Amino acid sequence: MRKQSITNLSLPDFSKTTTIDQVGVEERVARFQTRSIKKESKVQGLKLALNMIDLTTLEGKDTEGKVKQLCYKAAHLHDIMHGIPTVAAVCVYPTFVKLAKKQLEGTGIKVASVATAFPSGQSTRKVKISDTHFAVDNGADEVDMVISRGEFLEGNYSYVFDEIAAVKEACGAARLKVILETGELSTLDNVRRASEIAIYAGADFIKTSTGKISPAATQPVTLVMLETIRDYYYKTGKMVGMKPAGGISTAKIALQYLVMLRETLGDKWLTNEWYRFGASSLANDILMQLQKEQDGVYQSGDYFSKD
Amino acid sequence: MATTAEKKKQNSLGLGDSKWAYAPSPESTSHINLKKQYELFIDGKFVKPSSGKYFDTINPATEEKLSSIADADEKDVDKAVKAARKAYDKTWSKLPAKERGKYIYRIARLLQERAREFSVIETLDGGKPIRESRDIDIPLAANHFFYYAGWADKLEYAFPNRKPQSLGVAGQIIPWNFPLLMAAWKIAPALATGNTVVLKPAETTSLTALKLAELIADSGLPDGVVNIVTGAGRTGAAIVNHPDIDKIAFTGSTDVGKLIQKAIAGTGKKATLELGGKAANIIFEDAPIDQAVEGIVNGIFFNQGHVCCAGSRLFVQEGVADIVIRKLKDRLETLIVGDPLDKNTDIGAINSKQQLATINKYIEIGKKEGADFYQSKCSIPSKGYFCRPTLFLNASQSHRVVQEEIFGPVLTVQTFRTVEEVIEKANNIPYGLSAGVWTDKGSKIFNLTNKLRAGVVWANTYNKFDPASPFGGYKESGFGREGGLHGLMPYLKF
Repeated sequence: MRKQSITNLSLPDFSKTTTIDQVGVEERVARFQTRSIKKESKVQGLKLALNMIDLTTLEGKDTEGKVKQLCYKAAHLHDIMHGIPTVAAVCVYPTFVKLAKKQLEGTGIKVASVATAFPSGQSTRKVKISDTHFAVDNGADEVDMVISRGEFLEGNYSYVFDEIAAVKEACGAARLKVILETGELSTLDNVRRASEIAIYAGADFIKTSTGKISPAATQPVTLVMLETIRDYYYKTGKMVGMKPAGGISTAKIALQYLVMLRETLGDKWLTNEWYRFGASSLANDILMQLQKEQDGVYQSGDYFSKD
Repeated sequence: MATTAEKKKQNSLGLGDSKWAYAPSPESTSHINLKKQYELFIDGKFVKPSSGKYFDTINPATEEKLSSIADADEKDVDKAVKAARKAYDKTWSKLPAKERGKYIYRIARLLQERAREFSVIETLDGGKPIRESRDIDIPLAANHFFYYAGWADKLEYAFPNRKPQSLGVAGQIIPWNFPLLMAAWKIAPALATGNTVVLKPAETTSLTALKLAELIADSGLPDGVVNIVTGAGRTGAAIVNHPDIDKIAFTGSTDVGKLIQKAIAGTGKKATLELGGKAANIIFEDAPIDQAVEGIVNGIFFNQGHVCCAGSRLFVQEGVADIVIRKLKDRLETLIVGDPLDKNTDIGAINSKQQLATINKYIEIGKKEGADFYQSKCSIPSKGYFCRPTLFLNASQSHRVVQEEIFGPVLTVQTFRTVEEVIEKANNIPYGLSAGVWTDKGSKIFNLTNKLRAGVVWANTYNKFDPASPFGGYKESGFGREGGLHGLMPYLKF
């Protein structure tokens, strides 16, 4: 049964894959950066961005204590302010999934877990599948996997494809986010190709980065990925989500990403069901900006909890 | 503290269902200084026109009057030419070249300092979006002055062993689509090469040229080196026909260009004409499709399509035609048409009522001819002159909307199968100003740039301008080059 569902999928026809012109992409991105977002529009955008955050802790030094605090923060961003949403999810290592799930019970906040030998992905398929099973069995709503960049750069596209399809299968009902680690793919043409492989192999989301490699998320890379999602939607009518992750630390930049989303994929994607920010410090900057829009002045960073 | 139920509700606010509209963000006009009435700038002073007549200049986005502009007649033009001749003989041609350069640098710097005011006035008077006047028109105008200032004392090195000499008095007539930028294109090389100038801006967009006159007066440029006379066709004709002018530089329509050439035949006046265009923008199957769609949009909707080098004829190879057109239609919906002063506006107001009538006339012609008409669904202001981005799909070479310059946000779309076919179609037009080629393959680009009869060919980009790059056309798009080293030659004799 498992085999059957895999064989229903197939690699995309790369002869139909469009080429990417980097200069043109950068020019388009610059236009998103000059859209003026003010007043109500800004407040609306900030709340939207806040609601799309996957609040993340992915460190070797993570402990139960740290994860508990993060979960509390996720559900109580800034209780003193009314009318603000929560974040979309908390993103942790598989060993903390059970704890996070318990902490977030009843909040509606999802638990995402990285898996498949995150962040390098250098392991056997067997280990990766069991890593995924472990996360899902512990209650992960979403799984963030990494692709095998080495295999991709060697041109073993079918290996990368099969691996994603196998992990998707192991996810069961959990939604799968596929991390391309674009900082290691070197060209936008590669980003386009890796995006197609992930989408055709069954990804629910495509994600830029682990956050462990620099550069992490960039706007040109995100635009190329959004355009791949759009082309797939044109072709099949199926929606795929997008998650830029790493390096998006200010509200201003987050709004630029949302402008890009709005003008590339439109209103249907302007929801945390289809768009996420993988970030740790973004939430506080957004809160600070929202407070400023409300009061007219900036508050000290010490008024916002740092968990 | 919020209850769990409330939290749940917050978590599914349905923000995605609501439209996230950008709030209006108009550029302030409080910092600009506009007079109620503008005079002629002759011999370093602002003087009243001899007829005492003035005409209104209006804001095409609101149809409100901005100012009164002096209407110069033959007498005024004669005064301006005499002032220019006197300045040429007495001061400008006697000045060491490096001193000329210093004045031009000073104009460039002053323009940079006052860029914000110039941007706002350009947008008020001409209808172009503030984003373009702020990011393109005004900085590029300043860059032209900087660029040519550098050449002023290096002409001997630009043309070694050829003894370049100035011509005398240049009569310059400029269009309404890039008012200040065209003034810079004309004035900067003329001054750098040691000529003096009588310039006439277009009657719908005189203001930034007159602000430039104020700036030139502030710069201390010797009186009479630059004279600015305002008015319509009659004023232009007076410049063209004045016997003491050595050179005519004209940018505008091909019809007027032909009249000018007839008028100066046999007079010994040198001329450069930069006229109309109907450029082919060619998309091959291996093009970067998403970036090409941006290039199509930039090619035809930049400055409401009021661009002589606009990519107004789109050619798409048949294998990608469907996807390119689908993406283009989607992209049109994200273009914001409206208040030119709003920083979020992509497409501003059509320059004049007359031009809007011309565009609408062509839209009717196109519909009758049978090409498939498509317009974006955006809202446009009820007041002012506006036109939605427009496509004519499945157009053919025999359609008038394909053959004639519309000078508005109207794009014709044709498909092609082979390289030979598209070259033939691209060249099958009386114009030859510019073209665009989109492909991932370098050899294809070079093949096409050799065979396209166009003065400028952009590869994987469109509508890019730089002071160092020459610009000008073949065939009925005119002759002579502006910009770069080539732009010095029309103002020199050897």
